Amino acid sequence: MTRRKIDSTLSPGFYYFSGNEAVAEGAIAAGCRYYAGYPITPSSETMERISIRFKDVDGVFIQMEDEIASICSVIGAVWAGAKAMTVTSGPGFSLMQEGIGYAALTETPLVIVDIQRAGPGTGQATRVASGDLMQAKWGSHGDYQTIALSPWSVQEMYDQTIDAFNLAEKYRVPVFLMGEEAIGHLRERMEVKPTVDIFDRAKKPGAPPFGTNQDDGIPPMPAFGEGERLLVTGSTHNEFGIRKTDDPEVHANLVTRINNKILKHRESIIKTEPYYLDDAEIIVVAYGFTARSSLFAVDRLRKEGKKVGLLRLKTIWPFADGIIHQIGRVAKKLFVPEMNRGQVRGEIMKYVACEVIPYNQTNGDIIHPHEIMKQVRSLL
Amino acid sequence: MGRDLEKYLRPEVKSTPFCPGCGHGILMNLILRAIDALELHMDEMLFVSGIGCAAWIPSPNFNADTLHTLHGRAVAFATGAKMFNPKLKTMVISGDGDLASIGGNHLIHAARRNIDLTVICANNMIYGMTGGQVASTSPVGAITSTTTEGNIYRPFDLCKLVLGAGAPYVARYSVTQPVSLIEAIKKSLTTEGFTFVEVLSTCPTQFGRRNRYDSPADMLTMLKESCISKQEAEQLTPEELQGKVITGEFSDGGA
Repeated sequence: MTRRKIDSTLSPGFYYFSGNEAVAEGAIAAGCRYYAGYPITPSSETMERISIRFKDVDGVFIQMEDEIASICSVIGAVWAGAKAMTVTSGPGFSLMQEGIGYAALTETPLVIVDIQRAGPGTGQATRVASGDLMQAKWGSHGDYQTIALSPWSVQEMYDQTIDAFNLAEKYRVPVFLMGEEAIGHLRERMEVKPTVDIFDRAKKPGAPPFGTNQDDGIPPMPAFGEGERLLVTGSTHNEFGIRKTDDPEVHANLVTRINNKILKHRESIIKTEPYYLDDAEIIVVAYGFTARSSLFAVDRLRKEGKKVGLLRLKTIWPFADGIIHQIGRVAKKLFVPEMNRGQVRGEIMKYVACEVIPYNQTNGDIIHPHEIMKQVRSLL
Repeated sequence: MGRDLEKYLRPEVKSTPFCPGCGHGILMNLILRAIDALELHMDEMLFVSGIGCAAWIPSPNFNADTLHTLHGRAVAFATGAKMFNPKLKTMVISGDGDLASIGGNHLIHAARRNIDLTVICANNMIYGMTGGQVASTSPVGAITSTTTEGNIYRPFDLCKLVLGAGAPYVARYSVTQPVSLIEAIKKSLTTEGFTFVEVLSTCPTQFGRRNRYDSPADMLTMLKESCISKQEAEQLTPEELQGKVITGEFSDGGA
C-alpha cells in the first residue's frame, strides 16, 4: 500500500454528494480507469457521473448492451491492465453472476457496486432493500469466496469504494459494495482527503500467474501486452493457465486456494464497529442503512439507562464469525433488524448459542429508529 | 500444419484437440498463415475466444496472450481489453453457437460501435462440443440430436446480420477455399474497425454422421459443391440458388 496525492481533479475538502455520486468519485480516487455499465434504477447516477468525470482523468467509459456485457468487458479491461468497475442493482446483479464466477476462478480483481432495491424480480425499482447479500455470497455456481462491504453513509460510499479496489487488487478477487437505495440517493456532507492509500496489483514477470506454493497464496498478476503470453481461462487450469479439465488434484488445489486466500485472511479483511458492547445485555447486530437507525435507537436507549449495544458490520463477506461468536457468549440476546427476510440472522445463528431475534421488514422502506427502539424495549 | 508455423504455437502444446476430419484444424492453419504473411508479432496479439470447439483454436494453442472466456461473451471481453489498451491487436475466434446464438447481441453491438476487432466465426452449423444439437445456423431439414425429424427453422445469414449492424469488412468463405480465406483474414486484420469473417467449417462427428456425409471427405465435398461466388450467384435463378451458399466479400472495408 502506498500513500499518494489524490489523482483526481476534485480538490480536497468537503462536498455535498449523493451516495451514488460519491461512488464515482471514490472509484476515480482509487485509480479506476475503466467503467462499463448498463442503466438501472436506483444506481444510474454513478454511471452518469463517471461518463462525465472520466474525461478529466483519461478513463475509458462505455455503456454496454446489457449487464452481462458490462461485467465481461470489465474483466477484459482488467486483464489489459485496468482497474475497473461496474455499478448495478438487483436484476443487473443477477445477470452478472456467471461473470462473477469467471472472475473468481480467473482471480480477476474488479469492483461491482450493487445499489440494492426491493426484489425479487423487478420488484420495486425505486425502493430500498437489503436482499442481495446471499446473492453476493452464493450467486454464481461452484465454491468460491468474494468480499462484500456494507456502507452506511455517503462518506463510506466514497471510502469503501476505495477500500473495495484495494481489497480486490490485494486478494485478486471480485469485491462488492453492497449499497442500498437509501444510501445511493441520500445527500450529505462528505470529505475528500488530500491523500489516498492505494494498493497496486503485484507483478513478477515470468512467475506463474495462477498459482503459488501456499494453499492461501495470491499469485502476481501480469497484463496482456507485457510479453507474458498469458493464457486466461475460466476452465480449471494449472499455475500457468493451461486447461486441466479432468485432473482431480489440480481442481481440488485451485478451488481450495481461491477459498483459502480469502478465508485465511479474514481477520485482516473484516471490519466491524462496536458501540456500548462492554456491559450490553442486548446487542443489536446491524449493517448498511439499518445500522444508522440502530445507532440512533441504541444511543437513546442508553440515555434511558438500558444495557443495549450495537455491533455494526462494515464487512458482510467474509462473515465476522469471530466477533459474533464472542458477543454471543456475553449477550443475553442478539437483535438483528434487516431489510430482508433474515439473511444475516441465519449466518449469525451458525456461530452463537444465545437467542437471535429477527426483525425483518420487506416493504420497500427503511427501518426507522423508533421501530428498533420499540422492538428492543419489548425484549428488555 | 507446416513446420514453419510451429513458432506460433505454444511449445508445451503438442497436438490439436479436434476430432479427425474437423474443419477447424484447416482454419487454425489459415489464420496463422495470414498472421505470418502480415509479419505480425505474437507479442502484440490478443486472441479472445468463447466456449465450444472453435474457441479451442487459439486456446491454448496460439503462443500469444489468449483470453478464453464464457460461452457467448468473447466479443464483450474483447471490447473491454481493446478499449482499455488499443495497442492490442485483438482477434476473436469462436463458433457459430457462441458468437451468433448466445452471443448474438454482443456481436451486433460491437459491429454497431465499430470496435476495432477482427472476429472469425467458425460456422459448422451445429453444436459440436455438446453433442450435435441444432444451431441457429443449421440448414432447414438438418438432422441433429434435438431435431431428429429435421430442423424446421431458417438459419441466420450471419454476414447479412453483421453487415446490417454496420461492420466495415464482412466476408464469408469455406475451409475448402483456403487461398481466398487467407486473403480475407489478412484483409480483416488490416482493415480498421469491426471486421467479420464467417468461415464455413465441417463437423463430421456431429453433423456429418447424422446427415449422410459418411466421411470427412464427403462433408468437404458438400461444402465445395454448395459454396458459390457472388458472381456465380448472379447467374442463377432463385430455384437454382436453393441450397447454395454465397461466398465472397460483402463489404470490403472501403478498399
